Amino acid sequence: MGRDAALNTAVFAALVAVAFGAHVYGAPYVVTLATKAAILALAGVGLNLALGYGGMVSFGHAVFFGIGGYVTGIFASHAAAGTPVTTFPFTIAGSAEMLGIWPMAMVVTALAAVVIGALSLRTTGVYFIMVTLAFAQMVYYFAISWRAYGGEDGLSFYVRNSFPGLNTFAPLQFFAISAVLLAMAMAFSALVTRSRFGLALQAARANRQRVMASGIRPFALQLTAFVLSAAIVGLAGALYADLNRFVSPAMLSWHMSGEIMVFVILGGVGRLAGPVAGAGVFILLEQLLGGVSEYWQALLGLLLLAIVLYAPGGILGLLARGMRRV
Amino acid sequence: MSDVILDIRGLEKSFGALKATDGVTLDLRRGEIHALIGPNGAGKSTLIKQITGEIRQDAGTVSFEGQAIDALDPAARARLGLARSFQVSSIVPEFTALENTMLAVLGAGGGVFRFLRPALADRGLTDPARFHLEQAGLALRERVPASALSHGERRRLEIAMALAMRPRAFLLDEPMAGMGAEGAKDLTVILSDLRGEAPILLVEHDMDAVFALADRISVLVYGRIIATGSVEEIRANPEVRRTYLGEDA
Amino acid sequence: MMLLSEQVLNGLQYGMTLFLMAAGLTLVFGVMGLINLAHGSLYMLGAFACAWVAGATGSFALGLIASLSAAAAAGALVEVVVIRRLYARDHLEQVLATFALILVFSEGARWVFGSFPLYLTLPSALSGAVMLPGGLQYPLFRLAIIGVGVAVAVGLWLLISRTRLGIRIRAGEADREMVAALGVDIARLYTAVFALGAALAGLAGALVGTIQSVQVGMGEPVLILAFVVIVIGGIGSIKGAFVAALLVGLTDALGKALLPSLFARVMEVSAANGIGTALGSMLIYILMAGVLIWRPQGLYGARA
Repeated sequence: MGRDAALNTAVFAALVAVAFGAHVYGAPYVVTLATKAAILALAGVGLNLALGYGGMVSFGHAVFFGIGGYVTGIFASHAAAGTPVTTFPFTIAGSAEMLGIWPMAMVVTALAAVVIGALSLRTTGVYFIMVTLAFAQMVYYFAISWRAYGGEDGLSFYVRNSFPGLNTFAPLQFFAISAVLLAMAMAFSALVTRSRFGLALQAARANRQRVMASGIRPFALQLTAFVLSAAIVGLAGALYADLNRFVSPAMLSWHMSGEIMVFVILGGVGRLAGPVAGAGVFILLEQLLGGVSEYWQALLGLLLLAIVLYAPGGILGLLARGMRRV
Repeated sequence: MSDVILDIRGLEKSFGALKATDGVTLDLRRGEIHALIGPNGAGKSTLIKQITGEIRQDAGTVSFEGQAIDALDPAARARLGLARSFQVSSIVPEFTALENTMLAVLGAGGGVFRFLRPALADRGLTDPARFHLEQAGLALRERVPASALSHGERRRLEIAMALAMRPRAFLLDEPMAGMGAEGAKDLTVILSDLRGEAPILLVEHDMDAVFALADRISVLVYGRIIATGSVEEIRANPEVRRTYLGEDA
Repeated sequence: MMLLSEQVLNGLQYGMTLFLMAAGLTLVFGVMGLINLAHGSLYMLGAFACAWVAGATGSFALGLIASLSAAAAAGALVEVVVIRRLYARDHLEQVLATFALILVFSEGARWVFGSFPLYLTLPSALSGAVMLPGGLQYPLFRLAIIGVGVAVAVGLWLLISRTRLGIRIRAGEADREMVAALGVDIARLYTAVFALGAALAGLAGALVGTIQSVQVGMGEPVLILAFVVIVIGGIGSIKGAFVAALLVGLTDALGKALLPSLFARVMEVSAANGIGTALGSMLIYILMAGVLIWRPQGLYGARA
């Protein structure tokens, strides 16, 4: 196992150890925090595919997180009310089964990503950042004015969706579901980035002109990566909605987009376990600093500034450099 | 006429009031090295970019193996076998020499949208890439990140990548730029061999290399071709001597 | 008809505030190549400074001066301490660092001013409505905002086309190294440009804060709209920002006002209201999507 692989495994193992340790010591609240970290990390792993490997600085990934969440909320609330989600063009019934909801969330998210990605990828660089941010804001305003599903107040569903053979209300079991999905996404991400597609994608990030001169269109590569990335983030959104049993436009907000990006950067861009370390540290800071001051996000801001200015590789970048020195 | 691989006719391109390409007609024939020379600002890069499709011409046509390619984008032209190297080394710096060459193999062979199998274990990519690295004299450097290669090695890597694209014609934009005398001499030998693979349109400032390699030379000044001919004809051409070689001598 | 002309004026007024925001952003991007998310924080800062000084002194004019100078000073400070380290960095790092600045500014403002909105009272000279030709009553202050927007647009145009600073700004866009070689102190030029953009954002905040309320988080929705304006107008172009800002302002005002009644012709009123409102709030983004399809570089942008 190479150093990077060891580091990635260690970071993931640490998250699992925290959850199991907290369960053994009877601290279900901490298990839930670890679950939140795993879900946010999953969103980060998704974004990392577009941002870290594809070089697409999307400031609008909350839109996919939110769509995944809304699909879950909408299906769950219709299942509870016993009404169909839609009767046109064909009847789709509500569902309270995670295994039914997840594919739906990922497909809807992917479709949204095809549209947003195809439009946004007509631009590059700083335009791309602004355009993704703007499209996310559009969906955010749409959710606010969509009264059928709660509008500004959001949508509550009181029963967490079910998974065959598990009690999803038991904190550790829900953590296990989230952690397994996170591990699968990390494995998928590792495979994709080493594949032919990953080779071409990373080349397109580093040298677009060269990729074109090699006979490959960067647009198709980047759009594919954008859609894959969005589908993973949509899955994370579905889990996040289930964690809270609530979705609201806040999941779609620019602030959420910024936070998902922060997980990736805090941990280390383009590193497999970067988002896991980033989300873990983010939750930890929220708990520690949040206890010190209700204005903890100002401290987070200063920390983030320090990392961008002085430690561009993020936490794992620092650790990896430390390990090399040993 | 089937000997003509690349046929450029009446190409024109203006940027505002500046006529960067002014009625250029030029061809590249099987088995030859056709050098394109001219002073700085003559419009060589603009012309190359119109051939690769990075810039669209205002008028005129570019045909490749008898087929007009004006409507094709750079990626499509590259897939037809129009392989270019760049004036400033244009490689992927964080990739190794092998990975860079694999990228070119991938572009030529297709099958980009495969997601799960590691590319480095894919002999359909690695075997041709290693073969072309060897052709360019880089076999021992395949694991070195491109950013750590010497300047001369990077120019060779460009050649390996151009070879990996199963080229039907090469467009080489100043391959000798920034090379020492030794390196330039080595590369001259490699380029001379390349001619057997496919004809070369060579943009180059190094006159020793041009006179050693070229079968034909065209001289571009202010967007116009002022002369085309063999090395001897160009050396003897009074207009060329006055406007171009004169300054250089 | 009356409704229509009122909405046109509303759209113009809204567009002018967007222009004040977008002008600073596009200038900073054009000259320094920097994307600044914290521009919305400077807008918020201007609004708070105006509300606080106007509340303490009772003078709206002093409030306006405070908003300009506080935002310019904060802009200059931030440029010297943080932003200038980012010029050579990639856009991702610029986005993150300026996102971090938003967190610091927003929480800082919450700490100083609390979470409750502040309200600005209009000076009596600018309150009330005026009778426009055609018999339309329209609030004087909103007309004043349109006037300020036009004045700033003319001022910026003069600054960039006629003054030494403008020549330096244009040269800086063309070639940083050349400007440095000419002996222009590029660091000071950048600080000045950044502070100018900040002052315009602060002014916009103070003006909008007078119509709406002044609160933490007011800057970011406007920032995102300013981005839409820049995408439509073309980055780095003040003229593009002006045209696009008015286009966005008019589209938004007219869409929100007219769409519900338009839909009401073909469906029942409550449903038409729902769809009309939802679509009205999405209209400017649809406009942006249209521009992206038609001219990805924006109306006045150079080809990327």
